[in-house]
Amino acid sequence: MSVEGTNLRPVWMGRPKPAVSAVKAVAVVVILALVAVPFWLVFATSVSSDAEVNANGGWSLWPDKLDFSAYTNVFKGGTIGHALWVSVLVTAIGTALSLASTTFLAYALSRPNVLAGKPILLAILFTFLFPAGMIPSFLVVTDLKLFDHLAALFVPAMINVFNLVIMRGFFQGIPEELYEAARLDGAGDIRTLFRIVLPLSKAIIAVVGLYYAVGYWNDYFRAMLYTNGGSLNPLSTVLRGFVIAGNNPNAEAGLDVTGIAPMKAISALVVIAIVPIAAAFPFLQRYFTKGVMTGAVKS
Amino acid sequence: MAANAAAPRMPRWARLRRDKVLLLMMLPGVLYFGIFQYLAQLGNVIAFKDYVPFVGVKDSAWVGFQQFTTLFDDPDFWHAVGNTFELALVQLLFYFPVPLALAMFLFSLTRNWVRKLVVSFVYLPHFISWVVVVGLFVQVLGPSGMVNSLLTSDSHHVVVDVFRDPSWFKPMMLLELVWKDCGWGTIIFLAALYQVDDALYEAAALDGAGWARRTWHVTLPSIRPVIVLLLILRVGDILSVGFDQVMQQRDTFTPAAAEVIDTYVYYHGVQSGQFSIAAVAGLLKGIVAMILVIAANKIAHKLGEQGVYQ
Repeated sequence: MSVEGTNLRPVWMGRPKPAVSAVKAVAVVVILALVAVPFWLVFATSVSSDAEVNANGGWSLWPDKLDFSAYTNVFKGGTIGHALWVSVLVTAIGTALSLASTTFLAYALSRPNVLAGKPILLAILFTFLFPAGMIPSFLVVTDLKLFDHLAALFVPAMINVFNLVIMRGFFQGIPEELYEAARLDGAGDIRTLFRIVLPLSKAIIAVVGLYYAVGYWNDYFRAMLYTNGGSLNPLSTVLRGFVIAGNNPNAEAGLDVTGIAPMKAISALVVIAIVPIAAAFPFLQRYFTKGVMTGAVKS
Repeated sequence: MAANAAAPRMPRWARLRRDKVLLLMMLPGVLYFGIFQYLAQLGNVIAFKDYVPFVGVKDSAWVGFQQFTTLFDDPDFWHAVGNTFELALVQLLFYFPVPLALAMFLFSLTRNWVRKLVVSFVYLPHFISWVVVVGLFVQVLGPSGMVNSLLTSDSHHVVVDVFRDPSWFKPMMLLELVWKDCGWGTIIFLAALYQVDDALYEAAALDGAGWARRTWHVTLPSIRPVIVLLLILRVGDILSVGFDQVMQQRDTFTPAAAEVIDTYVYYHGVQSGQFSIAAVAGLLKGIVAMILVIAANKIAHKLGEQGVYQ
């Protein structure tokens, strides 16, 4: 990673031709715009007036005046507010459960010579190569009487093999001397994990935790597969109904839809679905390159 | 490792006593994989049964390979298989090189703040769900979206609905995939590019190699192991081709254009209740995908590459 921190062009490269620099500058602007414009478009549409959105046929790139009615309208009727609550609940409980079980398992499997460690690790890695399919997963969830329970939205996805592998790799990268010192000081496995390993592993815990959180927040499918929908639908699943099936959120909120732009309400929901991820993104940014790459390279 | 070299000599019960806390820590995870992977795999027996939900897996009647023949006689299944491979081929040819090209472009940016800015922008879409990505695309390119009304100057006239016209299915899938994941895909390529020894570039430049020859003779050979590794992983994914993405668009593009193996399993199995037939499709898909990865890995070894595993 020697060049990463520097701003300097290597001497041998020489000065680039002005034309090359110009093309690159244009490319940079185009790339930034391609990412930013769709986000801006939904945000602008969600806060424009209905008249403006309708006049354009369903979008607005520049709000004539700020109008937040879409954000209050979508919560009328309760369906969407409830779906948002389900999403928050599933994300919070699921992430806590996933993070705890993944950390414990990764730590135990990272210790050399732990009893049955090798075969267990191999058995887990094999599920990466040959995972249980949709129908077998559905059957096991049904047999466990989890069908149509809130737990069906997170328990079947409790541990992700990729997350487990990068976390185990990170733990293995901690110098063996530290473990040795902890053992000589009389620390057991639990104490070593909480006092030595976890404080050194904040980066990887943050990355894996955010991966899980984003995964739960974005998931729409487990509600379709493992529940009858209704009050167990998270925001993603409800949003899917509006975006894909073309349902009108305002109609479902029981509003008189004449004159209200449906795209404005859908845009508001899209913004609501994006905001938590955009908020978590700077933290992800800071940790994921170093945390993930070191973990992935080690394993 | 050296300190533990003597450990395997310990009797098993002594190791059990020594490791009891670690084993307890493993328990939730082991239970999870045991139940939701290994126990679940037993459910595949319904591929050889006539599964009726009310009767249950155990008591449903054995029918041998009858469900296999039913599946193979279903033209919809073969259609989904064909579609899956076509889509995978489109992605392999037109998506796979994009993150590599973008990574090389990012690497060539000599101003650090510009590179960091672009990198943080292009990573973001990866974390947005497919539901939202399709929502954004409809808002920009859909019949009442921005581009359409700019093109027609009359918002109620639609040139072509690129989210319904079946011939647009593959191009839109590709475009969405590039937008969502090509930035994130650069992460591994970028890490590999940083590892290339700068002295190689310098020596090549001193020998008069221009940008194109440095790319061909230094950059690409240096990161070949990473390219091979990602290709193998891609091969393992061929039969899945982005289930989440297709799920958002199968109905609007019509199943005739957009059905893939996984959506076939969902709609024929879970939605229509033909669990046994869908289980056959899922089981075959899993086995073929596993064979593909093992084969790709073997070939990589033959070519002197590291591959995914040894």
